[in-house]
Amino acid sequence: MLATPHRPRLAVWKFASCDGCQLSILDLEDELLALAGRIEIANFREASSAVLDGPYDLSLVEGSITTREDAKRIREVRAQSKVLVTIGACATAGGIQALRNFANIDEFRRAVYARPEYIETLATSTPIADHVPVDHELRGCPISKSQLLEMVGAFLQERAPNTPNESVCIECKRRGNVCVLVARGTPCLGPVTQAGCGAICPAFSRGCYGCFGPQGSPNVASMLTELHRLGMTAPEVRRVFRTFNAGAPAFRTASEFAVEATDAKEGAP
Amino acid sequence: MVELGVGGRGILPRREFPRLLEAITASGYEIVGPTVREGAIVYDRLRGVDDLPIGWTDRQEGGQYRLERRGDEALFGYTVGPYTWKKFLFPARERLFTARREGDSFVVIPEPTDGPKLALFGMRACELAGLDITDTVFQGGPTPDPGYRARRGRILRVAVQCGQAGGTCFCVSMGTGPGVRGGADLVVTEILSPGEHRFRLDIGSEEGARVVRGLASVLAPVPPEDDARVEAIVARTAASMGRTMESRGLRDLLRETLDHPRWQHVANRCLSCTNCTMVCPTCFCSTHEEVPDLNAETVERWRRWDSCFNLGFSELHGVSVRKSGLSRYRQWLTHKLGTWHDQFGSSGCVGCGRCITWCPVAIDLTEEVAALRQPATPSAPPGGNR
Repeated sequence: MLATPHRPRLAVWKFASCDGCQLSILDLEDELLALAGRIEIANFREASSAVLDGPYDLSLVEGSITTREDAKRIREVRAQSKVLVTIGACATAGGIQALRNFANIDEFRRAVYARPEYIETLATSTPIADHVPVDHELRGCPISKSQLLEMVGAFLQERAPNTPNESVCIECKRRGNVCVLVARGTPCLGPVTQAGCGAICPAFSRGCYGCFGPQGSPNVASMLTELHRLGMTAPEVRRVFRTFNAGAPAFRTASEFAVEATDAKEGAP
Repeated sequence: MVELGVGGRGILPRREFPRLLEAITASGYEIVGPTVREGAIVYDRLRGVDDLPIGWTDRQEGGQYRLERRGDEALFGYTVGPYTWKKFLFPARERLFTARREGDSFVVIPEPTDGPKLALFGMRACELAGLDITDTVFQGGPTPDPGYRARRGRILRVAVQCGQAGGTCFCVSMGTGPGVRGGADLVVTEILSPGEHRFRLDIGSEEGARVVRGLASVLAPVPPEDDARVEAIVARTAASMGRTMESRGLRDLLRETLDHPRWQHVANRCLSCTNCTMVCPTCFCSTHEEVPDLNAETVERWRRWDSCFNLGFSELHGVSVRKSGLSRYRQWLTHKLGTWHDQFGSSGCVGCGRCITWCPVAIDLTEEVAALRQPATPSAPPGGNR
């Protein structure tokens, strides 16, 4: 009898998140069977309740850290994982829930829950890399299927994944889109946002809203000036930078700068 | 009787203009040319004259492009849009070859270089100059690019002399236009005023003559007053350039101003978004990626447009050697206007103005060059002329 060739063992983990990025894995429909032939899906609760114990060769981590338990659990995940890859805006930047980082968590807790004392949570939502070393990250809300496939393929072939940190603009131009910012005056975060989505939003004549987070060398100061020139007010600018990647350092800087501009204008202290 | 050989010319009435496109199609060419899409004039497949931006014009300034209706039915009453013809010769993404594992070795399956014959319909003088430059880049050296060479060998160049200049045009400064001086198979000039609409058609090559040989019955001899009109149209366009740039001595200037404070000034505005390089008719940088299947049995090598504004572009041993926006902008401009001369024997700029229009923050190389010509002062002058 032939020995079964060793298949690397995959685990998929969920922290504070919406599960959308995990669904992107299941959404690989055409490639999923081929993938399962090359990799043993050992722990993926979104797909199967059959869970095999670690250690794992590759861990995909979705979600951010928002509780003390999760801060502990991610260390356990790291300890059981040879390679750890964060997937999506929550895991790489803290997600939309990182809006709490700019506000008072107790106020949120009281506003949302009938019995706030039942809720135990951290005051911040932080990316996985703030807690454990991360080997690679996939951006996006949700992640791109083709980047996911590229990353898993690169892991299997022991090479670096090809996920460039260039801007969305270059994808727009390769795709043949007309620039919505220049031709329509539509505010667009494409120039400061990392490529990977395939420039979907501008292809439908709307501005990029930055769901892949900051590109490799974002000039947010110049982008802020430009957004104001296009007619956006400081609160509006703050808002566009405070979405799924609000906690990414460059976008956080941009939104805080816009807040200061708003406060200065309104004469706030 | 109109002489339809090389150097021949004739007048084509507007109502007969569709015959020109029909003749091109009948000669085996697919026609690509200007057409309105997504609020701009882009180069795409043309099925007939009605696909042209009839009655449209464009208003261009730094960081701004708007389509507007004209008061007439001009076929070519606009300047250049965001895309250049280079996408037909040097595609944004191109598979170069496939390699397949065979035992302990592999076989290389070359990529076919066949494809349709393309008529590039509506090339402007600056774009013909751009084509000359990409010809030098891709096939001027000892190892011509096979894909480019194959596609280049299948094109028909149908030029249009510009009847108006755009807000960011400066072809006069670069000596490339607006009049067409060779390099085209056919040249069209639109003569349009209330009550009259016709075209002067000039034959620039044997292939151009072959394409239009069936048009003898609809072409009229060119009266001297129409030659004067055409001359006046080109002269008027030349006199209304939106921008000027002193191009003399640029190579030396850029070599001597590498530490000028203006570089930091422009870097503060530059988004490193790559738009200027993407819209440039001569920017040719690319990167290669190997795309294996999951089992690594076959691997495809792809080439895609890249840009010197990307950190990864200058990555050596995993580290980018041009980390700052300053070093990247300076690399682009000094190459485009300076070291391009050393590398390819000409400037890399044709004065089309696309990099000015399509820069989201309106960085204007003509303004940057003017500033670099000023002696360095401790505080750089304010920028942004919009």
